[in-house]
Amino acid sequence: MDKFVIENLSLTYSDGAESLRGVNLTIRANAVTVLFGPAGGGKSTLLRTLNRLNDLADVAEVSGKVLFNDIDLLNPRLDVIALRRKVGIVFSRPVPLPLTIRQNVSYGLEMAGERNKARLNAAVEQALRLAALWDEVYDRLDAPATAISGGQQQRLCLARVLALEPEVILLDEPTSALDPISTAKIEALLMALTDQYTIVVAPHNVQQAARIADFGAFFLQGELVEFGVRDKIFLTPQDKRTQDYIEGRFG
Amino acid sequence: MKSVRLFNARQKQVLGFNLLRLLSLVTVLPILGAVIYIFVRGMPAISWEFLTAVPRSGMREGGIMPAIIGTLYLTLGTAAFSVPLGVAAGIYIAEYAADNALTRLIRVAIINLAGIPSVVYGLFGFGIFVLFLQIGTSILAASLTLSIMTLPVIISTTEEALRAVPNSFRVVSTSLGATRWQTIWRIILPQAMPGILTGVILGLERAAGETAPILFTGAAFFLPRLPGSLLDATMALPYHIFVISTQVPGMPIQIQYGTVLVLLVFVLGMNLIATLIRSRARARRQW
Amino acid sequence: MPGGRTRRSEFAITFFIKVAGYSSILLVTAIFIFLMKEGLPALGDVDLKTLFGSRWYPIEGYFGIWPLITGSLLVTVGAALVAIPLGVGTAVYISEVAPGWIKEILKPLIEILAGLPSVVLGFLGITVAVPQLRLLLNLPTGLTAFTGAVMLGLISIPTIVSIGEDALNTVPQSYRQAALALGATRWQTIWGVTVPAARSGILTAIMLGIGRALGETMAVMMVTGNAPVLPDKWNALFLPVRTMTATIASEMGEVATGSAHYHVLFFIGIVLFLLSLVVNIFASFVSSKQRKRAERVLS
Repeated sequence: MDKFVIENLSLTYSDGAESLRGVNLTIRANAVTVLFGPAGGGKSTLLRTLNRLNDLADVAEVSGKVLFNDIDLLNPRLDVIALRRKVGIVFSRPVPLPLTIRQNVSYGLEMAGERNKARLNAAVEQALRLAALWDEVYDRLDAPATAISGGQQQRLCLARVLALEPEVILLDEPTSALDPISTAKIEALLMALTDQYTIVVAPHNVQQAARIADFGAFFLQGELVEFGVRDKIFLTPQDKRTQDYIEGRFG
Repeated sequence: MKSVRLFNARQKQVLGFNLLRLLSLVTVLPILGAVIYIFVRGMPAISWEFLTAVPRSGMREGGIMPAIIGTLYLTLGTAAFSVPLGVAAGIYIAEYAADNALTRLIRVAIINLAGIPSVVYGLFGFGIFVLFLQIGTSILAASLTLSIMTLPVIISTTEEALRAVPNSFRVVSTSLGATRWQTIWRIILPQAMPGILTGVILGLERAAGETAPILFTGAAFFLPRLPGSLLDATMALPYHIFVISTQVPGMPIQIQYGTVLVLLVFVLGMNLIATLIRSRARARRQW
Repeated sequence: MPGGRTRRSEFAITFFIKVAGYSSILLVTAIFIFLMKEGLPALGDVDLKTLFGSRWYPIEGYFGIWPLITGSLLVTVGAALVAIPLGVGTAVYISEVAPGWIKEILKPLIEILAGLPSVVLGFLGITVAVPQLRLLLNLPTGLTAFTGAVMLGLISIPTIVSIGEDALNTVPQSYRQAALALGATRWQTIWGVTVPAARSGILTAIMLGIGRALGETMAVMMVTGNAPVLPDKWNALFLPVRTMTATIASEMGEVATGSAHYHVLFFIGIVLFLLSLVVNIFASFVSSKQRKRAERVLS
């Protein structure tokens, strides 16, 4: 089953920077698809296109087609609010909202209109368990979210997204600000979540990409250079540029 | 040769720094002196009677309570109009307005409103509220006039306070499915509230002390009763001070200083509250 | 999902916010139009030669506003002479020289000055400054343009200090460090590098301060003697004078609506409005040029 079908997607920002050029990509459901490559390759832009978060940025032109569950994602009349509940995102720096831990996790549901305290609390617990954070914060849910460590905050951000029961989770360099132990925890989480969710990650180095990927897509300066199953793209890449990057010849 | 030049440069610096110190001293000494002097000469006049009784003998005896109440009414009236409008306008500019010519025009308009002399506001208020709309000399007319005058301050400080809130909050909130207003209401506005509050208080502080805008729109020198409705004129501390110090012969100087002291305490008190809010907020910030 | 209900009430709030956003344009335009409506008839009531003549004596129909304009200018220029050295000096001191604890004392004091109602300053003016000045300088009266200039100068200082200090703070530390690394003293750095870098901001501060002085009413009214005479003698600074603002304030209450006097007062209001418009547009033009320059340098 294909979650996203991207056809010839090009995107230019209003300052002239061309971010994506003719990208053709299929994101498979219930798998971890990894977008890797050097900085400026367009990975962040692609991620933000998938939940229409690019609407907040200074985008001059978008062309091409993106289908999400066979719905036209780029349609200006699309209900983007409902979309973002189905396609959640975690950023590279943990950004706890200036609220309590509990309020952070229940934020999305509250914005959607859920008022029932019991249902909210149940959803908060479930999401925190899924993000492997419950055991560490269950006794201080009403403390400010800034009171926990960086690694815990990032898992909080993940729990925040999970509370909305999305179909897709996007992650933009989720562990770049974290220590190796927290990184390992999150990587294990991501791989475990694939039964229920489709994961699209832009890792911040090739090694992480190779660790967690089911599928890999190599991006270079806005172009999708190569796409393949993990073993194929990381061990036997077809394109020389992919090979050079993986071997560390540039980056 | 070289050592002489170095000597001059360093000596110049000492001289220069002392000049700057002198200039700063000359600037602040009058302020300090003025405040202390007013306290010293005004305190003897302050008594419970002074603050709560009505004036007698043509203002030369008794208290100034109606003027105090009047200033309170005017401040509240100004707040009632300028705060909702000003904060909303600030929200518009900071969160909704696109970066185009119309927005630039709005900014120019605000800058100009901020620069209009207070007496021109009084003129405008007189012409349009008192005469044209026939509201008459009243608390309502004076409050509306003061509100327009206070608007630019509130709009600017609201905009600044909103812009200071990190953009990452907006992005995260939007990514979780919140609408623009939900983001503003739930996250941005609460975080900007101390800054907005500070600006509001400073704006109202200025409105409370202004005389020219209320001269012909709402201020009266002697009223037999406290104002009963928005359409009544009122006494007010700034106008009272002006009249008793320039137009009432035989006015005991102590009462003059006492009245000035009351207004000073009112204004400085608001200043202090605003400063406290600002420093407390800075300490408790979560970003 | 109760999205529908949320959207409708959100639409109402958003509408109010948008209207509020445009309100400033509406208000400025309204003020301008109204001033014009009530002030332009003055050009019909009084012929131009008299209007810009040098006799202001409304009781006998003399509406020459020239002495009022020069009165305002004299006092404002005097205020600038007081406020600019003191204001810029204090701003430079606070931003570049003063140790932290002195800053903590100075800045609140300046803020207090900023918050002092002008009627309070005017009061101190007539009760303290005016008699003192009369004694000190052996004048017939202490109500002079000079007194007014000093008062106005004091009132303008906080504007110059706060905006000027902001401008100086915006200068990147790297500028100062580069100069010091080349062997300059702090004094040389201040005047050779930092202040020139902040010059548009400081200029803006000065212009806004002058604008404030021009528009001040009460303090000036109480200490300048309110004599609408042309300052044409050499010692005009130490004689009474009257500003445009004081004229409006003192005479508006006594005019008959629709009379020539009424129209001329509004006409003066137009002059004041336009003057402040010019000053403010110029100031914002200068500050936006600096911002653009800074953006180019830092990008």
